[in-house]
Amino acid sequence: MSNYNLTHIKELEAEAIYILREVFAQFENPAILFSGGKDSICVAHLARKAFFPSKIPFPFVHVDTGHNFPETMDFRNKYVEELGVKLIVGSVQKSIDDGAAAEEKGKNANRNAIQTVTLLDTIEEHGFDACIGGARRDEEKARAKERFFSHRDEFGQWDPKNQRPELWNIFNGRCHQGEHFRVFPLSNWTEMDVWQYILSENIALPSLYFAHERQVIRRSNTWLPVSDYIQIGDNEEIVTKKIRFRTLGDITITGGDESDADTLEKIVDEVASARQTERGNREDDKRSETSMEDRKKQGYF
Amino acid sequence: MANKKHDNNSYLDMELLRFTTAGSVDDGKSTLIGRLLYDSKSIFEDQLDQVAKSSERKGLEHTDLALLTDGLKDEREQGITIDVAYRYFATPKRKFIIADTPGHIQYTRNMVTGASTANCALLLVDARKGVIEQTQRHSIIASLLQIPHVVVCVNKMDLVDHSQEVFEKIKEDYEAFASKLEVKDVRFIPISALNGDNVVNRSENMPWYEGSTLLYTLENIHIGSDHNHIDCRFPVQTVIRPKNDKYHDYRGYAGRIASGVFKPGDEVTVVPSGFSSKIKSIDTFNGEVEEAFAPMSVSIQLEDDIDVGRGDMIVRTNNKPEPMQDIEAMICWLNPQGPKPRAKYLLRHTTAEAKTMIKEISYKLDISTLHRNEKDKDITANDICKMKLRTTKPLLADSYKKNRITGSLILVDEATNETVAAGMIV
Ligand SMILES: Nc1nc2c(ncn2[C@@H]2O[C@H](COP(=O)(O)OP(=O)(O)O)[C@@H](O)[C@H]2O)c(=O)[nH]1
Repeated sequence: MSNYNLTHIKELEAEAIYILREVFAQFENPAILFSGGKDSICVAHLARKAFFPSKIPFPFVHVDTGHNFPETMDFRNKYVEELGVKLIVGSVQKSIDDGAAAEEKGKNANRNAIQTVTLLDTIEEHGFDACIGGARRDEEKARAKERFFSHRDEFGQWDPKNQRPELWNIFNGRCHQGEHFRVFPLSNWTEMDVWQYILSENIALPSLYFAHERQVIRRSNTWLPVSDYIQIGDNEEIVTKKIRFRTLGDITITGGDESDADTLEKIVDEVASARQTERGNREDDKRSETSMEDRKKQGYF
Repeated sequence: MANKKHDNNSYLDMELLRFTTAGSVDDGKSTLIGRLLYDSKSIFEDQLDQVAKSSERKGLEHTDLALLTDGLKDEREQGITIDVAYRYFATPKRKFIIADTPGHIQYTRNMVTGASTANCALLLVDARKGVIEQTQRHSIIASLLQIPHVVVCVNKMDLVDHSQEVFEKIKEDYEAFASKLEVKDVRFIPISALNGDNVVNRSENMPWYEGSTLLYTLENIHIGSDHNHIDCRFPVQTVIRPKNDKYHDYRGYAGRIASGVFKPGDEVTVVPSGFSSKIKSIDTFNGEVEEAFAPMSVSIQLEDDIDVGRGDMIVRTNNKPEPMQDIEAMICWLNPQGPKPRAKYLLRHTTAEAKTMIKEISYKLDISTLHRNEKDKDITANDICKMKLRTTKPLLADSYKKNRITGSLILVDEATNETVAAGMIV
């Protein structure tokens, strides 16, 4: 009987592929939210597997804060071309220029919160009824309650207290005009699962995930990359460190860790012994204990 | 380096165990989960810092591990868990998914939800209170949902002087009650979630207990036969047709094996149409496979060009599910709005759907006593009842007892699109 056991990684893969196929079958106009980070790259890889030998039947949507790591953008452009999928870019800069969103002020200003405006506008403009994201329940405590198929009302808002129950493997993606779903095929994956999967599938990633030398400043207990988009205070010193990033987001808020892990094997070992969550270095989550939940209710990723 | 390589590989050999937790408020469920996560070293420093800070703000003397599992703001404010939350941890042997469900009476639906995918249920019993109505309720749900393994954790043993007598009495009471149920595998463990006795580490306070700790139990329960590997069922999700030059005639039926083992060359029938063919190949991105079993996601190609689409099921020709249009099911009602008489709903079963009408509510089940009430048919959220449904077209279904995937269904209200009920076919 034990022949008929899947390893946990294979079972998670099978589950994610099942979810992606359900999205294709149940929705008219789905898209993949593609940030160029490892989780969305995993989703893309799984989508490739789910529909093989067809191409991925969803366009990619990138919400561009304008404050990107150049490495992420290069990776994104090459990857999209290789897969032959359509790329739709929602520009936060444009939302600001149009007056739909207002830029934060001050030293720790960032564009994290206002991404939601651009995201929701892009969804509305293209009429997407399902947006597939790479969020995982282990990332953050508000995410721990997300459904695989997570309903959003006509304002794009999440109502955590009134979610549809999900039983067995039957998913209900029915919605009214103007509403949409966020779908999370990696719900049951942990950071470690994602890295193990990347290693076992040999999935290509942006170079930022691997240890490299970079100019950084020390701020809020993390190494923040020096870029044109951050203001450096008088008492802040620019130093060069060997770091790597555990998550990739907006360059102004994504801190790196000192590390020598420059191969996937070394990263897996590092993740296995990590004592901090990967979001521990995200300025956006540190603002208050419920900042993720508050943003998610508004319609954030 | 050789060693590290081994670590990476052994991680890839792990199995997945999904379990659900149930208990009344204050039985210590959150503390137990916090303890499992903490003692298995699955807690990160920043998470622990956050919990330490919250504990301080609340004026607690010690770090309250229960706070680790409190998900949303509203709950943190009210100090209760209100919905299903999922937790993850891993040991070198297994990866665990916990569906953490609240213990209130009104939240039967949450436990049913968590139980629907679980291999194992942890039931908490307060050693001072013993088997109470809530325990029976949770056990009945575990039995209805056919959770293969149940572990009864008798908690707060520190408050009853770690007494063997108390433990044995609770075990006896539970066994007497559970003999009426269909739970196949029940185990009992005396624990103290607060102090960590018999959770991850063996208790020095209960030398009389010779069984395994909770974590050891979770790591070693045999889950290999939890899936049905006998009746071959493959519900088709969608059809893959690349229509490019290289794969011009490719037509793959994409889906996840619900049960059974499929191999190329197998004689199969597509239901409901009844056309028969043979499996030409079972494809994945990584190439063809020699056999496919639950819960693998694959694409199946057939030898013959027959019309197959979403909602159809590929089965073995000599073992077909029964087409049924009059369905009897145990229904757990999930929505505050109860069913209207002869109301119509959309029924979803595997990848198929059909309109359905509630023909009759046979009885309401008292889930504390198993009493069947044939008079009270007033159904609302969290009620469990037996219903007769009539569908507009036949479903290809098995009984839930035989098959948790092809024996389960949900009802959707077409006006609100909400999932209003979950059903297990009798
Ligand atoms: N003495 C003792 N107290 C416990 C034990 N487990 C939990 N508690 C306490 O019981 C109370 C309720 O626990 P909690 O985990 O919040 O219960 P829940 O409502 O089931 O999640 C808290 O004050 C815990 O500290 C135990 O094993 N022994």
